[in-house]
Amino acid sequence: MMQIETFKYDNKIVKYFATATVLWSVVGMLVGLIIAIQLYVPALNLGIPYLTFSRLRPLHTNAVIFAFVGNGIFMGVYYSLQRLLKARMFSDFLSNLHFWSWQLIIVCAAITLPLGITTSKEYAELEWPIDILITLVWVVFAINLFGTIVKRREKHLYVAIWFYIATIVTVAVLHIVNSIELPVTFLKSYSAYAGVQDALVQWWYGHNAVAFFLTTPYLGLMYYFMPKAANRPIYSYRLSIIHFWALIFIYIWAGPHHLLYSALPDWAQSLGTVFSIMLIAPSWGGMINGLLTLRGAWDKLREDVVLKFMVVAITAYGMSTFEGPMLSLKNVNALAHFTDWIIAHVHIGALGWNGFLTFGILYWLIPRLWNTNLYSKKLANFHFWIGFLGIVVYASSMYWSALVQTLMWKQFTATGLLQYPNFLETVLQIIPMYVIRSVGGVLYLTGVIVMAYNLIKTVKQGEFTADEEAQAPPMVKASIKYKKGLGHRWIESRPLQFTVLAAVAILIGGIVEMIPTFLVKTNIPTIASVKPYTPLELQGRDLYIREGCLGCHSQLIRPFRSEVERYGEYSKAGEYVYDHPFLWGSKRTGPDLMREGKKYPNVWHYYHMNDPRLMSPGSIMPPFAWLSENVLDISTTAKKISVLRNLGVPYPAGFEHVANDELKKQADSIALDLTNAGVVVDPDKEIIAMIAYLQRLGTDIKAKKQ
Amino acid sequence: MSVIAVLILFSILVAGSFLAAFIWAVKSGQYDDKYTPSVRMLFDDNEHPALKEKNKNNTNS
Repeated sequence: MMQIETFKYDNKIVKYFATATVLWSVVGMLVGLIIAIQLYVPALNLGIPYLTFSRLRPLHTNAVIFAFVGNGIFMGVYYSLQRLLKARMFSDFLSNLHFWSWQLIIVCAAITLPLGITTSKEYAELEWPIDILITLVWVVFAINLFGTIVKRREKHLYVAIWFYIATIVTVAVLHIVNSIELPVTFLKSYSAYAGVQDALVQWWYGHNAVAFFLTTPYLGLMYYFMPKAANRPIYSYRLSIIHFWALIFIYIWAGPHHLLYSALPDWAQSLGTVFSIMLIAPSWGGMINGLLTLRGAWDKLREDVVLKFMVVAITAYGMSTFEGPMLSLKNVNALAHFTDWIIAHVHIGALGWNGFLTFGILYWLIPRLWNTNLYSKKLANFHFWIGFLGIVVYASSMYWSALVQTLMWKQFTATGLLQYPNFLETVLQIIPMYVIRSVGGVLYLTGVIVMAYNLIKTVKQGEFTADEEAQAPPMVKASIKYKKGLGHRWIESRPLQFTVLAAVAILIGGIVEMIPTFLVKTNIPTIASVKPYTPLELQGRDLYIREGCLGCHSQLIRPFRSEVERYGEYSKAGEYVYDHPFLWGSKRTGPDLMREGKKYPNVWHYYHMNDPRLMSPGSIMPPFAWLSENVLDISTTAKKISVLRNLGVPYPAGFEHVANDELKKQADSIALDLTNAGVVVDPDKEIIAMIAYLQRLGTDIKAKKQ
Repeated sequence: MSVIAVLILFSILVAGSFLAAFIWAVKSGQYDDKYTPSVRMLFDDNEHPALKEKNKNNTNS
C-alpha cells in the first residue's frame, strides 16, 4: 500500500527572492535611465567619478542581469522546483545562504563598479574575490537543487527542471573558464588570456551568459508559469523535450558571432554563424510552444493581465531569437556591430522577454503566496501598456539611431573620401534618438514602480503562508532501472560510471590549472615590432580600464575601407599579444581608439580629458577632470610587472625593480612637453599615465615602417 | 589561437554531460509518457482551500 506523506513547501525563500527581484529591478533600471540621460547631458555626472557613464554602465548591466533577472530566476526556481518535485527544498540553510550571499555579491558589485574596480570583461566585470564568491554561491545553489531532485517524490522530471539543470551546469563552467585571472592586489587582477584569445574566451562566455542565464532558466520558468497562469497544459510536451535538447546542444557553439571581421580565424567565425542560424529552430520551438498553449483560449488574454505580460514576453523572445541569427550573418553584422542596433536587440530581450515574463510571474505569484487577490488589476493593466509602449519607443529609437549612424560611417563622397570624416558629426545626428530612448526608459520604469506599489498593496491586504502544507506519495520504486538518477547510492553501485564522472571532474581541475601555462607558450608575438607596454603606459592602461573607457570606445578596426580610411590600418592579432585583458569593446559611442597614438599632441589629450567639449564642441564624452588632480598610485607597478611576466609578457628579469624609475622618466618627459605647450602639470598625476597609454595605442606597427 | 582548443574541449565536455543526461533520461523512462506530465503539473500545488475558493470567485466575477 502506498503511504501518503505530508510535507511543507518553503514559501519564505520565494518571498525573499521576489522582494529582491522587485527591489533590484527598480535600482537596475534607474541606473540605466540615468546613464541614458547622461548620453545627451554629459555634465550629469556632476564631476563625480562614481557617477560617470563609463563606470555606471557596467553597474546597470550587472544589476539588470544578475540582480534583477538573477533573483527572478531563483524566485521562480525555488517556487516551481518544490512543487514539480513534490518536495521541500533540500536544505533551508542552503536556501538562506544562497539568498543572502547572492545579495552580498550584488552589494559588492554596486560598491566596486562605481569605484572603478573592474576586470573590464563585459558581464564579468567583478574582480577576483567576488568571482570566487560567485562560484561558491553557485555551488550552494547546485547542491540545493540536486539535493531536492534526489529526495523528490515525483519520478518524472518536468521539462522546466531540465532547463534549470542545464543552467546550473553551464553557467558554472562558463564562469570558471572566463574568470581565470592572476591577482595583482586584493582588488586587481589580470586576465590569464591575452588579446585575441581573451576576446574569444570572453565572448564564448558572453554569448553563453545570454543563453544560459537570460534564456534557459527563463524558458524553464515559462514552461511552469505559462501553463499555470493559463490553467492549460503546454501546447506540446514532446516539442518541449525536443527543443530543449536541441537548444542546449547548439547554443554553446554560437559565441564567435560576436567577433565577426575580427582577427579570429575565418573558420571559427563561420562556425559561429552556422550554429547561430541553426538556433532559430529550437528557439522558435520554445516560442511556438509557449504561444500555442493559448490555442483556443485567446479570449483569456482580454481578461488576464498575467497572460498579457507572458504573451508579449514570449513574442519578444521570438523576435530576439530571430534577430540574433540575422545579426550573425556577416553582411548584417558589418552594419550593426558597434552601433545602437545591438543595444536595441538586447533590450528587446531584457525589457521584453526577461522583464515582462518576470512581471507576469510576480503578478501571478504574489497574490498566491499571500492568499489574496491582486490589489488592483487596473494598475497592472496600466503597467502592461506603459511598459509595452516603453519597449516600442526604446527599440524604435535605437534602431533608427543605429541605421542613421552606421550609414553615415560608411558613406563616401563621389571623389572617394569619407562623407562624414568627423566622428562627432555622426553622434550629433542621433542625439534626438538618445532623448527619445530615455523617454522609453522613463515609461518602462514608471510601469515597474507602479507594479512595486501594486504588489506592496497586495502583500499588505493578504496573509503570508511561510510553510505551505502539501501531500504526496513517496516516489514509486517500481521497475525503474535508475531510480535515484543523481543520488550517491546509484553512483556507488556503478563503479564504471563513477570512474567516468571522477575522471571528468579531475579533467576539469587539470585543465583549469593547465590553461595559463599552456597559453603562455602561444603568446609569442607574431609582429616583431610589438613590444610590451612601458610601466607608465601600463598604469595608464589600468586607468583606462578603471574609468570604463571601453564602454564607448572600441580598439578594433575591421578590414573595411570605411574603417581603414577613418581610423587607420586594420587591427592584426599580433598587436594584442600583451593585452591582459583585451580591450576591444563592443560599442562605438565614441570613435575607435586602436590607432589613437600620436594622432594628437599630448596637450590636446590633456584638455580633452578635462573637458571634451573644449576640443570637440558638442561632444557627449563625460569630463574626466579628476585625472589631472589624482596622484598616480605607483606602489603596484612592480607587482603588475611580475604578474604580467608570469602570464608570458617578456619583461626582462629584474625589470620590476627599475620599473618605477622608468615610469618617472617617461612621466617627466610628458610633463615637460605639456609645460612647453603651456600647461603645467605635475608628472605624478594620473593624467600623465593616461596620455602615455593613449599615445602608445596602435603605434607599434607604425614604428616598423620607419 | 590555441585557446580555441580549450574552448572546444570545454564545450564538448558540457555537451558530453548533456548527452549523458539525455541518454539517462531516455533509458530511465523519463520520456515514455509525453503527455501526462504536462497535465499533472497543473495540479501539483495543494492550493490553500480558502485561496482556491477566492480564485474561483475571482474568475467568476
